[in-house]
Amino acid sequence: MRGLWAVYRKELEDHFSSTRSILLLTVILMVGLVTAYTVGSGLRNVLEGMAKPSLVFLLLFTSTGAVFSLAQFIAFFGPLIGMVLGFDAINRERSARTLSKLLSQPIYRDAVINGKFLAGLTTIAIMLLAIVVLISGIGLLVLGVVPGWEEIGRMFVYLVVSVIYIGFWLALSILCSVLFRGMATSALATIALWIFFAFFMALVAKQAADVIAPIPSGASVSPEAVLKNDQVRSIISTVSPVILYSEATGIVLDPLRKTTRSLVLMGPMEQLSISRFQSPLPLIQSALIVAPHLVSLLAITVVCFGISYACFMRQEVRST
Amino acid sequence: MVLAIETHELTKRYGNQIAVDALTLDVKQGEIFGFLGPNGAGKTTTLLMLLGLSEPTSGTARVCGYDPTREPLQVKRLVGYLPENVGFYEDMTAIQNLTYVARLNGIRDSGLPGKIEGLLEQVGLLTEGRKRVGAYSRGMRQRLGIAEVLLKDPRAVFLDEPTLGLDPDGTQKMLDFIVGLGRDKGITVFFSSHLLDQVQRISDRVGIMLKGKLVAAGAIQELAKQKLGVDQERFTLEEIYMRYFREGVPAQS
Repeated sequence: MRGLWAVYRKELEDHFSSTRSILLLTVILMVGLVTAYTVGSGLRNVLEGMAKPSLVFLLLFTSTGAVFSLAQFIAFFGPLIGMVLGFDAINRERSARTLSKLLSQPIYRDAVINGKFLAGLTTIAIMLLAIVVLISGIGLLVLGVVPGWEEIGRMFVYLVVSVIYIGFWLALSILCSVLFRGMATSALATIALWIFFAFFMALVAKQAADVIAPIPSGASVSPEAVLKNDQVRSIISTVSPVILYSEATGIVLDPLRKTTRSLVLMGPMEQLSISRFQSPLPLIQSALIVAPHLVSLLAITVVCFGISYACFMRQEVRST
Repeated sequence: MVLAIETHELTKRYGNQIAVDALTLDVKQGEIFGFLGPNGAGKTTTLLMLLGLSEPTSGTARVCGYDPTREPLQVKRLVGYLPENVGFYEDMTAIQNLTYVARLNGIRDSGLPGKIEGLLEQVGLLTEGRKRVGAYSRGMRQRLGIAEVLLKDPRAVFLDEPTLGLDPDGTQKMLDFIVGLGRDKGITVFFSSHLLDQVQRISDRVGIMLKGKLVAAGAIQELAKQKLGVDQERFTLEEIYMRYFREGVPAQS
């Protein structure tokens, strides 16, 4: 425990005092603040004169600002934070020859990688908490709306899910730093994986679904075939953490959304019922809908870290 | 007599290559033992195995009474290691580097600044203590490495080429320092080098490694008798070593 604590403490100090982290945090804060202000003003104009509907606070995070909504912004930049914190975790120590110095101290070998991962997670949690609280503060000022308990509960769940999601990217970048000797190589590998999951996974899932459960072209298209195609597509796309996260946060942040299925596939009656009955779901119900997503996210993060742990423990350490 | 280091048939194989072949030696507590050999003879691999940083293929070793493969933490608590190219965190100052290593060793924070100052003064780095290590010269890094090794009050220190790349003044100071460790503090010094005149100056006993095998071990006097004849009064370790080197590794195991 002592070795773990010492490594954790030093890595945390590094994360908050290094030039790299300060730059990253500044960029994120700038974009976040600008978007928050734009969204806030936009909402204020829209809600002018209306009796304020309940659950308006969450709209601060989901309505589109200048270019994107705040939830989209965190979904996009979150992985970047995780990657920057982890891409040189192990290979920098190896090339500076400090890894063999660390391992010749009386600490357990896994204290090194555990300490780095935990310090990264803590940094992510603090950064996210700061951004969310800051944006909530701006919302309070601009909108004049105080969040209720339901909204605070949803914000909390959103924070936890986001930390786990960004923790996945942290684990992935640490894995690349264990496997690759060069820091640039591990950074590029992580970015490549992110681009694949973010942009190409949807296409791959669609193609795979068309191969496995094709919709027969022709005049009569049975609804079963279309449904099966969509089911296969959504099962394949649960491999991607990006899609898991966007679906999960979509439900958590928007209490009016009751399903993860896209609107296109619902019949006209279902669409009518959704537009008619605008009653928001309580938090527990929303959480139940996305429980599989949350469990999957947690599982892939843990598996990813487990692989990097196993690889690190078996590696040979020489300083010459 | 307490043995600081003893090995028995210690072997390390990398695939088909034998890096260390059935090494059997012992070093007494408080002794200064020089480990000689050309580059690639297996000196560093032996050091790594004795520290528990590398797992031997076969054979056993005991360092300060503990088995480095099974009880590495005990060994690392008692043994300080100065590698050939010691690494530091370049963005941190010397004091910060030493503080980190002290914490890893479980040394309490109270009294730590005083202890670190004392060590820096011993190695002559007190005025540069607050500078970033990135700005240090090689001689300063070696001295900081020694301070780091002494941080844990070790019973034995392993030094891999401690004087390599140092200027004559730095070399002399380092050698004096090593002798002081052994004579004054009773710390066992196990160091590897190929700078034979320096090894001759300070070692109590030496061991010569060639291609992974220990071809000779003992006091320099004894080795001189064996190789150069009983009546030789003036001899250098270099002469002894070159005799061994030219003969190569003996055929029998």
